[in-house]
Amino acid sequence: MTFYALGLIILGLSSTVAAVNFLTTIINLRAPGMSLMRMPVFVWMTLVVQFLLIFALPVITVALFQLFFDRTLGTNFFSSANGTSDPVLWQHLFWLFGHPEVYILILPAMGIVSEVLPVFARKPLFGYPVVVFSGIAIGFMGWGVWAHHMFAVGLGPVANTAFALSTMFIAVPTGVKIFNWMATLWGGSIRLKAPMLFSLGFIAMFTIGGLSGVTHAIVPSDYQQTDTYYIVAHFHYVLFGGAVFGLFSGIYYWWPKITGKLLNDTIGKLHFWLMIIGFNLTFAPMHILGLQGMVRRTYRYPKGYGFDFWNMISTIGGFTIALSLLVFFYNVYKTRKEGQVAGNDPWDARTLEWTTTSPPPEYNFEEIPVVHALDDFWHRKYVEDKEGRLVPVPSGAQDPGGDQAAHATEAHSEGHGIHMPSQSYMPLLAALGMPLIGWGLTFHQWWLAIVGGLVVLSGLYAWALEPATEE
Amino acid sequence: MATVEHASAKPAAHQTSTGLDNAKIAMWAFLGSECLLFGAMISTYLLYRNHGATGTPLPHEVYDIPFTSVSSFVLLMSSLTMVLALASIQRGDHHGTRVWLIATALLGMTFVSGQVYEFTIFVREGFTVRSSPAGSAFFVLTSFHGAHVTVGILMLLSLVSMSLRGRLPTERATAVEYVGLYWHFVDVVWIVIFTIVYLVPAK
Repeated sequence: MTFYALGLIILGLSSTVAAVNFLTTIINLRAPGMSLMRMPVFVWMTLVVQFLLIFALPVITVALFQLFFDRTLGTNFFSSANGTSDPVLWQHLFWLFGHPEVYILILPAMGIVSEVLPVFARKPLFGYPVVVFSGIAIGFMGWGVWAHHMFAVGLGPVANTAFALSTMFIAVPTGVKIFNWMATLWGGSIRLKAPMLFSLGFIAMFTIGGLSGVTHAIVPSDYQQTDTYYIVAHFHYVLFGGAVFGLFSGIYYWWPKITGKLLNDTIGKLHFWLMIIGFNLTFAPMHILGLQGMVRRTYRYPKGYGFDFWNMISTIGGFTIALSLLVFFYNVYKTRKEGQVAGNDPWDARTLEWTTTSPPPEYNFEEIPVVHALDDFWHRKYVEDKEGRLVPVPSGAQDPGGDQAAHATEAHSEGHGIHMPSQSYMPLLAALGMPLIGWGLTFHQWWLAIVGGLVVLSGLYAWALEPATEE
Repeated sequence: MATVEHASAKPAAHQTSTGLDNAKIAMWAFLGSECLLFGAMISTYLLYRNHGATGTPLPHEVYDIPFTSVSSFVLLMSSLTMVLALASIQRGDHHGTRVWLIATALLGMTFVSGQVYEFTIFVREGFTVRSSPAGSAFFVLTSFHGAHVTVGILMLLSLVSMSLRGRLPTERATAVEYVGLYWHFVDVVWIVIFTIVYLVPAK
């Protein structure tokens, strides 16, 4: 458990550092003209997630330090060797981190879906500002619902009622997003490619998970469901049906941009259908099992309780999911060997990453684009005629893109067009000290921890002083 | 912190969206994160301050308020010297910068020494990190704060050594500014801790 505590502390540290980095980048290093309300929704959701990370991780870090000190220094945070400690403290600290953490998992997926749907429906995202503000609202309200994981602990009716209300309330911005996605599809010219299928799967599965979530926002109903398979079913519908489907949508969507080759769409569709069938076979029966009273966190159950049939279905579904992943890995392998070359813009997409080559060069853009609108790239490619139909812009015409090129060249000639990433081995050195510290503290080899600390310190100092030596 | 020093050491080569230096935003984000770190530990203390164990004293039975008030005053004064250090480097007065940075570090060391002294007294009176949940909460909170002050002292001394080797020209005054942000933050946290942990009566 010491190992677990230290491992998570180090992981939390790395996440915090990365969050500070992402947050600063998004706030401060946007392309000229890229106002906040012109940013892609994926970037917006990433920004919200960074705020959640920097505020949520220190809470779990404190809880883990307390656990670590209980085990190594003999403190009394959670063990009652001296005096009466209160283990519910752990639950509070854990869930004050843990609930924002579930939004850390789902918000990027929501961002991905908000990018994919408009591209494959060939329509702008319905209600872009509302989708953005719903994401921000979820980020804020995510801090006020943690005790709904603890209804059965005995916090009392007042606390339970308050958290039940806030939990039902957080379903509102989530529902708003779902309706916006459906309205985006409405009347669109829909192309059912693999990324689109995964996004549609996300919406359907996440909605089911959201509805079962509302059922345990109701305290009396939650008393019945706590620690049963019903909870397992719920969180797999939001985290697998939600986050994982969203991630696969993103993988299929951006794979050509990242590697330069399109994943095979037919195999991708096979992957999707196997996965969504397997997923529902695995997790839908758990609703029934949970309501029948099967407790979670168990690998065995007595015969004759009526659990056998649905558990068998679940097992079949589990293997189907595994098969679908094999199909995916085969697709990756096949694409590597003989994949179709993607070109810059294989999906006829809307956002600026599709203007550069696939894969992008290290410096991303030869000229930093100047942004004039939301979905800037789309507006460079299409204008609307009088009836609102899309008309492609003839190549070479005087569109905002030409203006942009002129601007960018100008900026480039002034010598600050391209920002090359600075390269240094020193952060790596600093990071290498971390496992030494962890190892030393876990196995009580204090000298090793000290060596690790010195490695971290020297890495940081060398890194901090590096630019001075270059000048 | 090193990230911050690293980035601030480079003059802003390209325009930023907000017009602020990246390192400044990063430092504020990091300090925002620290608020929750101390917040969680202060909450733990508030939960446990009356959770004693038989035969061991509760925190309020061992506190020496006059002594801690003096060391708190010392730490507060270090914020003044930190401001003077920043003012000096912005004027281009490098000697003054070093004097005030060293003064800040010395005041910080005085505070940390006071904390170590206070801890030894408490331990002698039977109030230790193991004696009770209240003891665990008190010592972990205050020693995390002490560790933050110590890191701050290290950063101040690094700035002094950089300045001595001529690596802290006036254009890099931001490095002093950001270490200052951290230092003031640690001071403010101490004001909160001193008020909530020491001054507010437990029962």
